[in-house]
Amino acid sequence: MIKRTGVPTKEQIQGKFHSLEQLTKPKAIIECYQEIPCNPCSTSCPVGAITIGEDINQIPIIDFDRCTGCGMCVYSCPGLAIMVASIKEDKAYFKVPHELLPRPSVGDIWSGVNRNGDIICDAIIERVMLNKNTDYTCVITASIPKTYLYDFVTVRCPL
Amino acid sequence: MRNRDLIIVGGGPAGLSAARVALEAGLSVTIIERANRLGGQLIKQTHKFFGSKEEYAKTRGIDIATILIHDLDEFSDQLEVLNEATVVGMYKDYVLTVYQGHDYFKYKAKAIIIATGASEKVLAFENNDLPGIYGAGAVQTLMNLYGVLPGQTVVMVGSGNIGLIVSYQMIQAGVKVKALLEASSHIGGYLVHASKLVRLGVPILTKTTVKRAIGTNKIQQIETVQLDENWNYIAGTETVIDCDALCISVGLTPLHQLLSMADIEMIYINELGGLIPKKNEHYETSMPRVYACGDVTGIEEASSAMVEGKIAGLMASRDLGRSHPNFETLEQEFKDQLQNLRQGPCGEKIRSGLTRAGEQL
Repeated sequence: MIKRTGVPTKEQIQGKFHSLEQLTKPKAIIECYQEIPCNPCSTSCPVGAITIGEDINQIPIIDFDRCTGCGMCVYSCPGLAIMVASIKEDKAYFKVPHELLPRPSVGDIWSGVNRNGDIICDAIIERVMLNKNTDYTCVITASIPKTYLYDFVTVRCPL
Repeated sequence: MRNRDLIIVGGGPAGLSAARVALEAGLSVTIIERANRLGGQLIKQTHKFFGSKEEYAKTRGIDIATILIHDLDEFSDQLEVLNEATVVGMYKDYVLTVYQGHDYFKYKAKAIIIATGASEKVLAFENNDLPGIYGAGAVQTLMNLYGVLPGQTVVMVGSGNIGLIVSYQMIQAGVKVKALLEASSHIGGYLVHASKLVRLGVPILTKTTVKRAIGTNKIQQIETVQLDENWNYIAGTETVIDCDALCISVGLTPLHQLLSMADIEMIYINELGGLIPKKNEHYETSMPRVYACGDVTGIEEASSAMVEGKIAGLMASRDLGRSHPNFETLEQEFKDQLQNLRQGPCGEKIRSGLTRAGEQL
């Protein structure tokens, strides 16, 4: 399916969230569904929570107990395939990579978008991080209604 | 006639990496580059690279070019770089003929490394010569080097990594990418690149190709058609899409011409993009002390081109009696790196191509 459409199935997505109980604290969701020769997520993680191993083609494995949700893997992943998710009350908070202009400002209300590219909800911009380390990749923290936890993937500037 | 230890044809990732190792070993090196600056295709790669730290993973291609070029700075007394210079002839007596501007001159080398890279394949369809139809590499050059958009609304043909990445870069530049067509039943490049596009609203249409371009003086529309299992048109599935540019990314083919000219033994390997030189495990071709590395030996990624270049530089210096001080360690290290890059499912095509070419993996 994903090999034809570029969109993972709901089961594939949910598999990457592991346990919802642990999402009271932010955790990295690594949407790497294909064995490709690549390991910056693993080498950039400051707490050793992401394992790929000797063979850099292996799919990364994340240890939620170690992951602090810092987001360094979010801007280190060349495939823009990692986000950080957490749940607080009725909202889900995400850190997502963003490489387009314009960039949002804190407090803006942008559109939340799913993996098919459809707008699904409003996304409140909570934080915008851009510095030398992120190397032009913006890391945006956005909050959305919790019900879209498995659907949301990025934010889009409203027209 | 100018005499040098080593001449490297092509200043891209493979050539630059070869140069660094050969310079460390103490050779006098000339890099001959057709473009007006070193870096090859890296200079227009604005995305972060895959691979591992050794191949500068998560660094943007353009920054990798800068690193590779600065890596040569300390060897300025051994190194000569010719930009805007084209090697037009290569002969069995190790003479290379070069055009630069209005000058034509000859070099004689003790060893030669061919790192000429690849060129884009074309696609045959009605009206494929209308203005507004580009190769993906051309679009990348226009946008990322010169700041020129190819058009306002574009359709991409081909879902390999280049097609996917250039589509993404067009969106970054403000172009509307209306669709990405792929003749095969599945996406050719990395799925993470495809997912990035789909979430930006670009439909990926598999089993679909461009049947013809429509327009009087420039492209205005294309007609797409779906393909059956045997890649034949399915009648009645034609669809017209409005666009003012069409971008073709249907693969690369090695730039083998210099090697062929010197009568070096070549072999046609479909999986590697076309005609490649036969080479031994030291990256040496059938002509002694002529080595080949990077895409000219088979289409792969810049990451493996860099490692191949290092091996070629290592072998060329050894064969000239100037072994690199860390020869053994480096040889093993580079070969392990290559194996690591190629051992996954994405390396299957490369592995099968190299095996067919008679190489030991």
